[in-house]
Amino acid sequence: MHIKEHPILAFKRGRRVEFFFDGKKMWGYEGEPIAAALHANGVRVLRRSIKLNRPRGFYCAIGNCSSCLMKVNGEPNVRVCVERLEEGMVVGTQMAKGDLSRAKANPISSSGGGSGIRKTDIAVIGGGPAGLSAAISANQMGAKVTLLDRNSRIGGQLIKQTHMFFGSEKQYAFIRGIDIADILADKLDKEMTDVMLNATVLGYYREDGVLGVEENNRFTKIKPERIIVATGASEKVLAFPNNDLPGIYGAGAAQTLMNEHGVVPGNNVLMVGAGNIGLIVSYQLMQAGINVKAIIEAASKIGGYWVHASKVRRLGVPIYTSYTVKKADGRESLERVTIWQLDKNWQPLKGTEIDLNVDVMCIAVGLSPLAELLWQAGCQMKYIPELGGHTPLRGEDMQTTVKGIYVAGDVAGVEEASSAMVEGSLAGLCAAKSLGYDNGRFKELREEAINELMNLRSGPVSEGMRKGLEQLI
Amino acid sequence: MIEKTGVPTPQDLWKVFPPKERLEKGPVAIIECFQRIPCDPCYTACKKEAIQEFEDINDLPQIDFEICNGCGLCISRCPGLCIFIVDQTYSETGVLIKLPFEFLPLPEKGEEVDALNRKGEVVGKTKVVKVQNGRYEDKTPVISILVPKELSMEVRNIRLRKNND
Ligand SMILES: Cc1cc2nc3c(=O)[nH]c(=O)nc-3n(C[C@H](O)[C@H](O)[C@H](O)COP(=O)(O)OP(=O)(O)OC[C@H]3O[C@@H](n4cnc5c(N)ncnc54)[C@H](O)[C@@H]3O)c2cc1C
Ligand code: SF4
Ligand code: SF4
Ligand code: FES
Repeated sequence: MHIKEHPILAFKRGRRVEFFFDGKKMWGYEGEPIAAALHANGVRVLRRSIKLNRPRGFYCAIGNCSSCLMKVNGEPNVRVCVERLEEGMVVGTQMAKGDLSRAKANPISSSGGGSGIRKTDIAVIGGGPAGLSAAISANQMGAKVTLLDRNSRIGGQLIKQTHMFFGSEKQYAFIRGIDIADILADKLDKEMTDVMLNATVLGYYREDGVLGVEENNRFTKIKPERIIVATGASEKVLAFPNNDLPGIYGAGAAQTLMNEHGVVPGNNVLMVGAGNIGLIVSYQLMQAGINVKAIIEAASKIGGYWVHASKVRRLGVPIYTSYTVKKADGRESLERVTIWQLDKNWQPLKGTEIDLNVDVMCIAVGLSPLAELLWQAGCQMKYIPELGGHTPLRGEDMQTTVKGIYVAGDVAGVEEASSAMVEGSLAGLCAAKSLGYDNGRFKELREEAINELMNLRSGPVSEGMRKGLEQLI
Repeated sequence: MIEKTGVPTPQDLWKVFPPKERLEKGPVAIIECFQRIPCDPCYTACKKEAIQEFEDINDLPQIDFEICNGCGLCISRCPGLCIFIVDQTYSETGVLIKLPFEFLPLPEKGEEVDALNRKGEVVGKTKVVKVQNGRYEDKTPVISILVPKELSMEVRNIRLRKNND
């Protein structure tokens, strides 16, 4: 179902078009992801797994996980969570690996025949709060920037956040995430920053310092003097029987579906994880008119802010701490989840099982830095659970152990948009300065950013964060 | 307990409730914010400077009930949606509560709705006195409702009747 009325969002939709799914005629909006259109038509099984023929739906909704591969206009292995709907498209459930023999030979063409390497002072990878702030600050110092994002809209996580943010006025507190994205995008110096959307950075070639980029099915190369990696984070998964059933989604994926594409993920939801993401997405599901049956949390305490927890409690949503998922059930897609209680040693207690009839389960058990490019570049990484997993070592200027490669935001340790923005500014300033750019205010702005970060991280809710960061710098 | 349930205990609440004498004098803000988090828009929202300046952004809000006039400007500025106005002097028949409500459909003035407590349980019914949903509220509408005095420290949300069918 498409969301008709929303208390915060207005959805801009394309015209209504017809398409075909396994021979059946359906309606969708032009330009929305195929998976969203299918979902709105009640189709959640998108393909069959390779060996066991199990039903598969989508999981990440941002082109990361390959759970949603389908046959589109004869071509197999199309990620329908990002591929846009066109009039008359023929979409089919994909069996196993799909048949490549009838597909187009080479859909990705190389622009400029390899000779056209674009040059830029600083390449910023990722257009979330960190990347946007990095570009703004680097421009301010006088450096030219190429800002790349694989999404069709700039703003990263912000474009899905309908709630007012925390922080202080400087970090846009009480402004909604979606509005912060617009404010930052407006601040970009259009002369100094070249924005490339639908542009995925596929790889970094260490030998010649070149980035390989796929932009709208074209392959391009960029050779920057400095690189700021601000790719954000990806959602962790949880192991339990039948965790591959369609209807089990990352909480961020459910959020993308409802807040970016205006499609409800289902009717009754179980949220797994009572951190800020689990709590906020639960609230947003209720705002979209979807019933949240319960929030469960394996730890004995709520991890997110208590004000967020109180918000969902006031709506009548129960929170079960010390509970985890025992199993999921359903024939073609999710129909029921069994949860059970954990004792002090995190061992499940027999006899405490509760069955919940839900068609959607959202997994919000944390994020881990999206650091593939940093691994490729040979940056030294360290496993720090408090920061979400493998995190790059870096100096106070946000430079990694590889000279010329900087990091900012969730990829440098999963935290908040507020700190991501300040880290981004810091990285932008320092990368520009290392190229000799300075508008005369470098020292002052750098100091300001460092102090702001210290201030943000000084509270008790940042204790783990502080401990983690000590190991990195 | 709030760290396990998301619902403040009476002990938590005692710490933030205004004294009885103040409640009897007229509208006043009740700030149900119990955890040190990096957040301070309530301070910047209050033009009367009833909320003390934060030394550290993680401080809990400190309100001077004698300065606060219950204007309610802070309600829609709090990302935690945890500020409520209680006016025990509003009328003979009931106490006025102002609360944030970010859902559709919005209730209409005069509409009868369910009154919910901090656990989302229905504890009575109430009448909507006013709906503020202008530029200032910026999509966090403020709803004024009338409840019996004994429920004035308990009711913190509403649910529309038509949603229930
Ligand atoms: C539900 C939820 C609620 C939140 N609430 C708050 C809050 O109230 N306050 C707060 O401060 N923070 C909040 N956050 C956290 C905040 O959104 C993140 O910390 C912040 O967005 C991180 O910024 P970033 O720029 O590092 O990454 P992101 O915002 O994730 O941006 C990364 C960008 O990089 C792009 N990208 C990734 N890989 C590539 C590639 N290879 N090529 C090209 N582009 C790529 C992605 O498309 C994306 O746009 C919330 C997060 C969630 C999920
Ligand atoms: S109700 Fe008005 S005076 Fe009282 S704290 Fe809020 S903004 Fe200030
Ligand atoms: S704005 Fe709200 S959540 Fe933030 S500190 Fe003030 S009362 Fe607490
Ligand atoms: S790649 Fe489409 S759902 Fe993950």
